Amino acid sequence: MMNDIEIADLYQELIIDHSRRPRNFRRIEGATHQAEGFNPLCGDKVRVYLDLEDGVLRDISFEGEGCAISKASASLMTEAIKGKSKVEAEQMFSRFRDLATGSGHGSDLGKLAVFSGLRGFPTRVKCATLVWHTLRAALEQAPGIVSTE
Amino acid sequence: MSALRVVKSSEFDLLEVRRDFPALHQKVHGKPLVYLDNAATTQKPKAVIEAMDRFYKCDSSNVHRAVHALSDRATKAFEAARTTVKQFINARSEREIIFVRGTTEAINLVMNSFARPRVKAGDEILISALEHHSNIVPWQLLAEQTGARLVVAPIDDRGELILEEFERLLGPTTALVAVAHISNALGTIMPVHEIIRMAHARGVPVLVDGAQAIAHVRVDVRELDCDFYAFSGHKVFGPTGIGILYGRESLLEQMPPYQGGGDMIRSVTFEKTIYNELPYKFEAGTPHIAGAIGLGTALEYVSRVRIDRAAAHERELLAYGTELLSAMPGLRLIGTAREKVGILSFVLDGVHPHDVGTVLDRDGIAVRTGHHCAQPVMDRFAVPATTRASLALYNSKAEVDALAHGIRRVQKLFVT
Repeated sequence: MMNDIEIADLYQELIIDHSRRPRNFRRIEGATHQAEGFNPLCGDKVRVYLDLEDGVLRDISFEGEGCAISKASASLMTEAIKGKSKVEAEQMFSRFRDLATGSGHGSDLGKLAVFSGLRGFPTRVKCATLVWHTLRAALEQAPGIVSTE
Repeated sequence: MSALRVVKSSEFDLLEVRRDFPALHQKVHGKPLVYLDNAATTQKPKAVIEAMDRFYKCDSSNVHRAVHALSDRATKAFEAARTTVKQFINARSEREIIFVRGTTEAINLVMNSFARPRVKAGDEILISALEHHSNIVPWQLLAEQTGARLVVAPIDDRGELILEEFERLLGPTTALVAVAHISNALGTIMPVHEIIRMAHARGVPVLVDGAQAIAHVRVDVRELDCDFYAFSGHKVFGPTGIGILYGRESLLEQMPPYQGGGDMIRSVTFEKTIYNELPYKFEAGTPHIAGAIGLGTALEYVSRVRIDRAAAHERELLAYGTELLSAMPGLRLIGTAREKVGILSFVLDGVHPHDVGTVLDRDGIAVRTGHHCAQPVMDRFAVPATTRASLALYNSKAEVDALAHGIRRVQKLFVT
């Protein structure tokens, strides 16, 4: 069935795994940067902690609650950008967003390409991008809470 | 596989009812649509769609204005809809039936024109813990503006109002009681008769938010003896953008207009304006004429099907669904009041409602996921969100089976 394929494409094993056992799911004491993201439509909340040194993300972690897509996205994002520069992280976000909305193919995204199934589910794109928006806010150290709306 | 296994009885012909709703007969993601989001909005019967279509094709013109034939037809149809509403809720007179945009506007009208001029600092507005945001936020605005306080009567773990607590909170400073007739998030039918009796015994007026009740239980405002009753057209098989505020005539008479404009005046000079009589005093500007006609037609439809028969059918479906879902491991129903309508709100261990909604959608099953505009209810049950399947008269047992089947698929995917 087409529907089963689409569902399986969205909820790939790697996503289910990261949603069940999110990596870097902790708080960084003395984080240099942090920000909170909120999706008022579904109540998802995420907090991103950074340890930024000389423009490099030495450490990154997150806390929060949300759906499988949002948790897996946060978990995989932290893995993907740890050790990367601030500029590289920004570029990755841009490529990730293109992938999620169906305008890009996820080249150079590594494991994050697993979110390619999102293109069939436009209502779920925000679930995956919330943590990235929050990361950007943390990098910019914007005050207040980032919202998807 | 057919999504319809229809039980035909002499009392309630489900197949015939389903035939009346064109939107039900479509495929979504290649599967037959199973529409279980009726607490958000209901589908429309052909009669409603055709009545509105007819208005725009033949009678479109303004009401209460011109001498020409179209305006006369539009006015007659608009006022006939008001009479239908009056009869449907058993109001005493058309003067008590005010067309508004929906339940939210009705509540805001009462807040602005009834409560605000009366309420002083220290007065209390008593609501319940299961209210929709639209019956919370207007009172918070009032509290900010007047120094009044919002007081909330608690509910128990089943989602039932704790009536003794409610009574205890009714005091000499209570200026108004505002409660839902039925909870949108939990399905609880509130003991509105007792609430109104208790409030009136202390001289406190009562507003009932009937948004979730109007399509599911018989509403008789005279028997209820409520002072205000609000509901939306789109939740009772009518169009969006139209709703009703019923108000007791003696109270409406005392209230200042809600908005100023055309149609709500008798005469205007720059020195003095004389307001129109009820109900026009509260209907400034050109109303949603086609919407009113659609709503009247929707209520006629419900009367034809007979709401008691529809309610019996829905009760049967609810009992069936409750039994089916309660037996599923890892599923917890939120809202298990002894008196409730067809709302199955639930959480699944290890699965977020948003993911449940997505998987069900691919099976053609429309449910609502989230906080249902009732965040305090979610907090009360310590869940961030729920998945909510809400039934209407056109739903079938086969559709409840499809829901259960879909939930099992979700669990297979996420819980292993």
